[in-house]
Formats: sequence, C-alpha cells, structure tokens
Amino acid sequence: MVVLTTPVEGERQRQRPRTGRGPSAHTVARPGIGWALPAALFFTLFAIVPLVLVAVLSFASWNGLEAPRFAGLDNWSGLLHDPVMIKSLWLSVLLTGLGVVTQTPLAILLGVWAAGRQRNRAVLSAVFFVPLLLSATAVSVLWRALLDPNFGVPAQARWLFGDGNLLGSRTGAISVLVLVATWQFTPFHALIYQGAARAIPEVLYQAAAIDGAGRVRRFFHITLPQLRNSVITSVILMVVGGLTTFDTVLILTQGGPGTDTSISAYYMYQKAFREFDFGQGAAIALLLVVVATVISLIVVRISGYDKMAGTKEGM
Amino acid sequence: MLWLGLVAFPLYVMLGATVQSRIEYSTNGPLSLPRSFSLSNYTQDFSNGFGLYFLNTLIVTASVVGIVLLLVPPLAFSIVRSRSRGSVRIFRLFLLGLAIPAQAVIVPMFYVISKAGLYDNLIGVILPTAAFCLPVCALILTGTMRDITGELFEAMAIDGATTRRVFFQLVVPLSRGGLATIVVFSALQAWNGFLFPLVLTQSEETKVLTLGLYNFQTEHGIDIPGLLAAVVLSTVPVLLVYLFARRALVQGLMGVGGK
Repeated sequence: MVVLTTPVEGERQRQRPRTGRGPSAHTVARPGIGWALPAALFFTLFAIVPLVLVAVLSFASWNGLEAPRFAGLDNWSGLLHDPVMIKSLWLSVLLTGLGVVTQTPLAILLGVWAAGRQRNRAVLSAVFFVPLLLSATAVSVLWRALLDPNFGVPAQARWLFGDGNLLGSRTGAISVLVLVATWQFTPFHALIYQGAARAIPEVLYQAAAIDGAGRVRRFFHITLPQLRNSVITSVILMVVGGLTTFDTVLILTQGGPGTDTSISAYYMYQKAFREFDFGQGAAIALLLVVVATVISLIVVRISGYDKMAGTKEGM
Repeated sequence: MLWLGLVAFPLYVMLGATVQSRIEYSTNGPLSLPRSFSLSNYTQDFSNGFGLYFLNTLIVTASVVGIVLLLVPPLAFSIVRSRSRGSVRIFRLFLLGLAIPAQAVIVPMFYVISKAGLYDNLIGVILPTAAFCLPVCALILTGTMRDITGELFEAMAIDGATTRRVFFQLVVPLSRGGLATIVVFSALQAWNGFLFPLVLTQSEETKVLTLGLYNFQTEHGIDIPGLLAAVVLSTVPVLLVYLFARRALVQGLMGVGGK
C-alpha cells in the first residue's frame, strides 16, 4: 500500500468528507475505552499495584510468613546506617557508568556500520545480534564456564591472567561484569543506532561529499549529531538496565568477593529472599527506582537543554 | 570485525566443549579443537530433568504469548482509534510502565502471588511475566496501527461495518507485521525470564529452563561440558525462532528505540 502523506490523527478527521451518501456514511465506527480496559486492568493489577505496594512495604516489617507490621522509618534509617547498602549503591552507579562508557561507542560504531549497505552485512549482522537472544542466565553461565579458573580460558593463558581467578579479586570481578554486560547488551543498543542512522537524510552526506569532507569528518559532523536523540534513549535504557542488573551478578559473582560486587539489585534480593527481611528489600527496591528515575531525568536535562553544544556530547 | 571475534569466540568454545567428554575437556582445555564427537552431554542433561524444565518453559511461553495476543490488539486499537480521553490516559499508564523494572516490584509481587495462592504454580509466573510484556508490546503495536490510513476506516464505515468488524477485518490483518513482532518479543521475554520464576516458584515440578541452568551450575559446577550443553539446549528454540523471524524482531526493537 502506497501512502504519500500520513496525516496525524486530527488532520485525518478534518479531511473526512462531510458530504457523503447520507448520515450513516459519516459515522466511522470507533472503539470505546472498553477495548482498552482488560489490558489496563491486568497491567494495573500486576505492575502498578505492586509498585504502590513496594512503597507501602518499605515502611513495614515483614518476614514473608506473618502479616506485615507497620514499622515507620525503621527500614529507611536501617539503610542509611548500613555500610554495605551505601557501598552497593555506589557499585551500581559505578557499574552502570562503566557500562555506558564501554557500550555506547561500540554500539554507535556497530549500528552505523550495520545501517550501511555493504555486502555480507545481512549475514554478519545476524551473527552479531546473537547475544541479544540469549537469556541473562545463559550468558552468565556461559561466561562463568569460560572464565573458570581451573578449566576455563584463564587456565590456558596464565601469561595473561596470572593465577586465572579473575572473579576472585575486586577489580577482576568488576571488569568481568562490565565485559559480560557489554557482550550481552551492545547489540541491542546497536539496533537503536542502526534504525536512527538509516533515517539520516542522504542529502547531508552528498553535501558533505561536495565540500570534500572525509569519512571521519562526515561521521563526527553529520552522523553523530543526527544520532543525538538515540544516544539519549540508549543511555537512559542503559542506566535503568544497569541499575537493575541482577541475574548476571547472582550467577557470576554471588556479590563477591565479599560484598565487592554486591550491587543494590542483588543486595535487595539478598535482604528480602535470603534473610527474609522483606521490608528492607522493599526499601532498597524503591530507592533503586528513584535513583534510576533521577539519573534518567539528569541525562535528559544535560543532553536536551543545550542544543548548541558540540557534536561529540553524549559520547 | 573485532566484534565478530568477540561474539563468535565464546560461542565457539561453548559448542566445542559440548561435544567432548568431561575428561577430554579438562585435559585439553577449552581452546583445543574437539577430537571426539559425542552427544552424550545432551542426553545426560535430559536425564537430569531438562525435559521437564523444557516443557514448563514451553507452557509459560505459550501462555504469555496467548495473554499478550488477547489483550494488546484491542488495547492498541482503542489507543489509536478511540476519541475518548480515557484511552489516552491508559496509553500514558503503559508508557509510564515502560520504566518499571521487574526488580522494583519483586517483593510486593511475592506478596500478591502468595496471597492469591499462586506461589509455586506456573500461573503465578505467567501472569506477572505477561504483564511486564504489555508496555513494549503496546508501544510496538500502536506504532503499526497508526500506519493504517484513515481512508480505509472510512471505506469500511461506508459499508456500515461495526467496530468489531473493522477490528477483525481491517485492523488485525493490516497489523500482521506488528503482531509478529510482539509474538516474538513476548516469547523471548517469557523464555528467558529468570527473576519471576526464581522468586515465585520453589519445587522441582515448576522449574523452568533458566532456573534449571542456575541450579545445574551451583550443583554440578565442575561438569562444564554438561553445563554448556544445557546452555545450548535452552537456547536452540530461541535461535530457531530468530532465524525465521529475524526481520520482525529486529524491526520491532529498532522501533522501540527510535521513536
């Protein structure tokens, strides 16, 4: 079906011919709100209600068996005085930041490349996106096996890895988590950039070519600025995703060594489902949502309010 | 090119390991080419309960896809075509829902599901998993439905079609692309889900593949070939779907980021 212009909703209604074959011809059947209600109710029950409940439970003490009891600010003051909690929050932010820094340039390059029209592109990009399909569980189990100090790759390359127990040191464990996240999520962000890079008008490149701009200059002066909005979207998704990483930590490091990789989402699980302190867990969960929202807002503000700033922002 | 290596290398090690025996793997190491070829790692996984986990995951996935297909098309239809303000509000609710991570609600979810008597029951996993698929699916499908031109709706109105007929004879057939995307997306979410099953189930009978993998790792951590064979097993259906529905999936995901 060829559609030359796609009018927006309002215009569409105005364009409807007012003179037809009688009154009945004008009444386009429109679905009422009833069509949306089942989905809305279902979603409210299983997502919105729990979101409200998490706030309520953060002021309660509950061990999972007896009825929750109101506990005032106990959970919150408990968190403030818990050194592991502070550390875990800092770790979450650190890991998220490192993830953004490693994944964004890679994803932009991959996405722009995949948006081109080289030969073999279809086949290669099919392989590139495989990590996107694997569950976080499968990814973590795979990497843990690969990095196993006795039977994995480090045991084969001791000249590179020393004793090979990468997950046994703080730096090692953090690097592994960043590496695995990059492996797993870069394809998804590359997809975002691929879509956006396809939408850049060809005219811009033609004009630049006439001006004699090389590939690198065209990339920095046309492609990157045009990808601004995608950078924002992608970074926000990385922040929310990074702060809520859970499976990877549970399987790869169990928060260790010690509590060195015990990021907040994992600490929340630990408190609630291992130590059965569900009130404390709820408080951490709520804190995470707040932090993720605040960082997202900051990203939007920093990147959205000074449009005249350089072309490399967001990198 | 570097990325190709980075992606392919772990996959190569994984596949190589799964066809070797455990002893061979530990003496030759992960980088050596397999010298023998056997599928005993795979058959062994099946005798370790992976058949049941497979079945459970299949049930969860099919049900989640079913719920999504039942709820999202009418929802998107109403959002795109309804003039009622309520529909706009409902759309905002779902847009807001995009930002809710499952981790944020897992504690109260445990509470709700236990209270509903669905703890350690696959239904208790299916319902929240489906709910968390809805926002993205609604976004994808409203995008598709907005591309249907107004003239078509008018043509059907002239024929005196009811809303229901418009939906089934015009909107649904023309949204096939979007429908395929949401099927693939929700199937992938359900198949790969970990947190909800981890927290909301307990017994061996309700275990899904991802949990099976996790437990297998903690229990038989040394049997790397067997473990990796289990990883491959859990992934094969996903890869098959990807081969057939790559376009639908990739375009749908691209749309989510691009819009």
